[in-house]
Amino acid sequence: MSFKKFILDLRNRKKAAEKGGGDKAQAKQKAMGKLNARERIIAILDDNSFREYDMFVEHVARDFDMEKKKLQGDGVIIGTGTINGAPVCIYAQDFTVAGGSLGLMHSRKICKIMDHALKIRVPIIGINDSGGARIQEGVNSLAGYGEIFYRNTMASGVIPQLSVILGPCAGGAVYSPALTDFVFVVENISKMFITGPSVIKTVLGEDYTMEEIGGAKIHAQVTGNAHFYAQNELECFEQIKKLVTLLPRNNQKGSPHIAPCEPKPSKDIEEIVPSNPKLPYDIRDVIGAVVDSSDFFEVMEHFAPNIVIGFGRMKGETVGIVANQPKVLAGVLDCDSSDKAARFIRYCDSFGIPLLVFEDMPGYLPGIDQEHMGVIRHGAKVLYAFSEASVPKITVIIRKAYGGGYIAMNSRHMRADFVFAWPTAEIAVMGPEGAANIVFRREIEDSVDPEAMRAEKIAEYREKFANPYVAASKGYVDEVIEPTETRDRLIHALQVSRDKQVYWPEKKHGVPPF
Amino acid sequence: MIDKPDEHGKLRTIEGVYDTIITEGWKASRAWRPPNPNHLLAAIPGTVLQIIAEVGQTLKAGDPLLTLEAMKMENCIIMPFDGTIVAIRAEEGKLVKNKQLLVEIAPQDPM
Repeated sequence: MSFKKFILDLRNRKKAAEKGGGDKAQAKQKAMGKLNARERIIAILDDNSFREYDMFVEHVARDFDMEKKKLQGDGVIIGTGTINGAPVCIYAQDFTVAGGSLGLMHSRKICKIMDHALKIRVPIIGINDSGGARIQEGVNSLAGYGEIFYRNTMASGVIPQLSVILGPCAGGAVYSPALTDFVFVVENISKMFITGPSVIKTVLGEDYTMEEIGGAKIHAQVTGNAHFYAQNELECFEQIKKLVTLLPRNNQKGSPHIAPCEPKPSKDIEEIVPSNPKLPYDIRDVIGAVVDSSDFFEVMEHFAPNIVIGFGRMKGETVGIVANQPKVLAGVLDCDSSDKAARFIRYCDSFGIPLLVFEDMPGYLPGIDQEHMGVIRHGAKVLYAFSEASVPKITVIIRKAYGGGYIAMNSRHMRADFVFAWPTAEIAVMGPEGAANIVFRREIEDSVDPEAMRAEKIAEYREKFANPYVAASKGYVDEVIEPTETRDRLIHALQVSRDKQVYWPEKKHGVPPF
Repeated sequence: MIDKPDEHGKLRTIEGVYDTIITEGWKASRAWRPPNPNHLLAAIPGTVLQIIAEVGQTLKAGDPLLTLEAMKMENCIIMPFDGTIVAIRAEEGKLVKNKQLLVEIAPQDPM
């Protein structure tokens, strides 16, 4: 037998495997407006960098005549490759093979590549496109999911884990993305929910579509399960590539350094904040005036927009940014924004990414709605996250910093390393209107013209307390700076905090208000 | 169709009917209605400062409709998409509650 025959035989087997579920299934995938699994992987990774493993793995199902069925690669493609030269592990479920359903060997493949990623300490990207558990494999499917979820948890905080929802992800399967660090959804293609339309109809008698229950927009705007939202798959892949180039590839290695670049803001930093403290502005203009190339990569843009989180670079080094957004809901803190910020802070802390905080918030959103949704418990998450974070943490108080929110937004008391304030900062326990009513109650009641007295006292309180100098006089603010000095101060602060070390009482771990 | 479970209600699942205890959270829940994109609700309680738009006006996305004073700030409510003002339910100087209907709009017919 000539040597060539072996090679040809191998190539034929690979070609058959690459067809996945066959031409008909591939055509159906195309008709749904979706790329197939291999195309997705090739589009995300650098050219020619994808090496596939376990292409010939076969399923072990023996009930329901399954032994007669050949499922190429058991419905999932795994491998390694690079993104902008940085190594990553990747897997993509293949919807053309038995609807991408998860069986024991399918899960074994995913677990193999996850184990690799955890061992070689590189990011893992999971493309979800699956009908769910393979009913024919029964408990083996559940075992398969369980093994994946455990690994998601063990890898959490060690390597970046990205989940890309490019198809249905229903029932128990959604827990893998939920455990990972960043979830990407695409309009019309992503569907994530625990109970689908048929179950809801049967149990509750209510009629909803998949899109209404768990479409891409719902997760981007309402549930907060998605971190990145794209209009199409290609836009999503660009987001993935951008994120991977910003993040440290594991918790021991720093973020990839690129050449520093001065910001190119559209507005002069002194023109952004209106002199009338009641007028809103977009905090992203301030961020853009401070970060390298004015390039701010926002995370969870559509969820709880009253707080802004994302990544940027300062002198080439990746930083995590948390900022109140005065343009939306006056920049208040509430349940959703607290959740959004807290998890992001924990992510940056796990991976040694310094935190920059831009503060302009008037307090917590009042209302019985918020109270009953547990704003107490959710707000506490931010306090916990900032206190426990041991990365360099630097705050810039732009304008309002009132009450409990002042404390929560990385104040000196949460052990922020440096707290700067602009001259426009208003750091006080309460707004002048509210405070004057309490502190000067006697004077207002006893006066001849209570309204005039109230207005006078409000002005007096504002003059005396709604500024950064009271806090600066007590050392709660390290320096009051001019807006144009902001970038310089932040870069210097990051530079001197490079080898920060904190000492804690020994404990297994704390008990955050989950 | 089933009736909403009562105090110690019967909960129907795919497998059958369960005699079970209903939690407070379930009792407080209401059937979800998709939000009406033509109803602009107050996202924050406050006082209406100034009504800028007029009934019948055709406006573009981003155009200001009214300002709401809340949380020490003047919040500007803007037009979410191109369209016309159908009705203005807010009154200048009056307090509005969270989720109160402020403005009814209608999208522009795509020509």
